[in-house]
Amino acid sequence: MEQILANGIYLGAQYAMIALGLTLIFALMNVLNFAHGQMYVLGGFVTYTFYGQLGLPFVLALTMSCVTLAVVGALIEKFLFGPVIRRSAREESTMLLAAGLAFFFDAVILLVFGEKQRGVPKIVDGVFNWDFRVIMPYDRILICVLAILSIVAFILFMQYSKTGRALRALAQDRTAAQLMGVNVERYSMIGFALGAMLAGLVGGLLVTITGINLGMGGPTSIKAFMMVMIGGAGVISGAIAGGIILGFMEAIGLAVLSQYGDITYLMIFVSLMIFLAIRPQGLMGKPWG
Amino acid sequence: MKRRTLVKASLAAAVVATMQAGAAWAQNPVLKIGFVGVTSGPAAAWGISNQRSMETRAAWINEAGGYTIGGTTYDIEIVSFDDQKDPKRAIAGMEKMANEGIHYVVGPNVDDGAAAVRPVAEANGIMYFPYAFPKALYTAPASNAVLGMVANYQSGPAIYKYLKDEKGVKSVAFVAANESDPLSQRDGGVAAAEALGLEVVSSNVTYQVDTTDFTPVLTPVMRTRPDLLVLSGVSPANAPQLIRSARELGFQGIISTETAQDATVLSEGAGDLANGFISVGGASTPEIASDMMNEFVDRYTKMFGEYNDESNTKVYALEYILETIKANPAAIDDVEVFKTTMDSFEAPNPYMKGGAVLKYVGSSSFGQKRQVAVPLVVNVFQDGKFETLFVAEVD
Repeated sequence: MEQILANGIYLGAQYAMIALGLTLIFALMNVLNFAHGQMYVLGGFVTYTFYGQLGLPFVLALTMSCVTLAVVGALIEKFLFGPVIRRSAREESTMLLAAGLAFFFDAVILLVFGEKQRGVPKIVDGVFNWDFRVIMPYDRILICVLAILSIVAFILFMQYSKTGRALRALAQDRTAAQLMGVNVERYSMIGFALGAMLAGLVGGLLVTITGINLGMGGPTSIKAFMMVMIGGAGVISGAIAGGIILGFMEAIGLAVLSQYGDITYLMIFVSLMIFLAIRPQGLMGKPWG
Repeated sequence: MKRRTLVKASLAAAVVATMQAGAAWAQNPVLKIGFVGVTSGPAAAWGISNQRSMETRAAWINEAGGYTIGGTTYDIEIVSFDDQKDPKRAIAGMEKMANEGIHYVVGPNVDDGAAAVRPVAEANGIMYFPYAFPKALYTAPASNAVLGMVANYQSGPAIYKYLKDEKGVKSVAFVAANESDPLSQRDGGVAAAEALGLEVVSSNVTYQVDTTDFTPVLTPVMRTRPDLLVLSGVSPANAPQLIRSARELGFQGIISTETAQDATVLSEGAGDLANGFISVGGASTPEIASDMMNEFVDRYTKMFGEYNDESNTKVYALEYILETIKANPAAIDDVEVFKTTMDSFEAPNPYMKGGAVLKYVGSSSFGQKRQVAVPLVVNVFQDGKFETLFVAEVD
């Protein structure tokens, strides 16, 4: 039981971080960013390059992942999503753009980083073992703590900084925010950059545990969408709740259902379908969007 | 004006150079060999190592002036198609090969893709060399597929017997991805282990192919305390994470698989935790690699920046196709002749030291010779590289 709880907390923390960036972009721009998983993968490869290949300190490599993805996100918003949103009222235009971006990132990652699974040296050695009731390597504990701290820092930033308030205003009512003097174009770009940066941050953190390969993008996006659907699209607290719930469902399912084969995600998907049929807006979303 | 002249002159020079290059290329007729396999997504490493092995060898042959078959020297062109591990795409890929008049195709990489392309291959006179294990592909009435590697039901028993006799292994647990290839390999492994008298303590645990964190997956397996943990059909992307999780959960037994792996990937992903990991490889360990294998590795590395140890096995398919056609040039566009030639074909194995030969095997497993005789090299990973544990032959 203790092990299930530990696995659930660890998985939940990392999943919540993955979902945060996706839901932020959705809240600000009503864009379903299908390339979010690929951004996560790119962040992992940047950390791999600076920490694993060039031997720079992990913190510096992680910073490079954040900066790189923030720049990429800003450029994508300025030159792709921004113009498309201005010119087309149809939501599927941005969806197709996001899907195209996902394929583009896959191709670029394959060309630049290759097809192989990549890994980096452990940032902390050793394993915490509480009488075989809870076994958790120290690097997972560290990454879990860093993920929780990052989520707290993100919430504080959104709650108390001028930029965070502007972003929240933008998410609540774009027109009203504009009338109140918020520079919509500028803050849309900042918001997209922040969402991409979160993907880069979690990619950089998790490359130390799971490694990285070019095929991780699609499945990561799917899990992120599941978390957002559970918590409520466009709601920050919903994404965190969705991540933690998915993490615990996975940990419990893998422990309890393992003897029946790989049915954990089958059960999760069935549960999600029933849940959405009852509450389509998710736990914390609003039925009117 | 001067600048315009310079641009025109540059363009003219480029056109002339291109035409010359084209003329040089066109000196020899071209023999096209196809590849249909997965070169994108999580399993991309499997197909890319195939494709790059073929491209490396083809470039090498072309650089040396071409490949002579029946008095005609051909340049070799590799025509590739990414099936994305999707059987429908694999069929489309095989149809593309048929449309291009190609009679010899390497791939697909997985069971369902290999089964899906069978009707297309048989209807269009194509011999194909899958890296998939279902016996139905190679057993009569099927006759167009040739297994390109050693199957798990051939390597597994040899590995388990070695570990039972030499390392005192008594119990074994199997873990597999929830996909057709790993699951069928797991079932074959369980049967082989039970036939040897090993106790199978866990074989139900499976994982999603896109799993990135294996600690929750392996936790119930570790409770069964096996002597041997078999990662059935594990992909190179998942192997280091599984090893790492198992070791971090306190597993001190032996870990093995019957698929080919890459030393760099293991080293980066699991480090010293991968020491002692047993896998099946090709022929590039120093003990058995010939000068030609070493040169192949060098050329591959120069061409693509990094070698992939899986190519130790994947280098063979193109060599078999070309050597067999060379042995009977009428097979160049007639696969029935190719099939007849396979029964008696034999040529020196250029990638191994000693007197190893290229020949078709598989009579014991399939009732007909529908498998290339690549060496069954069982490797153990140690301090960043593979060492040969033992070498065996299949048939």
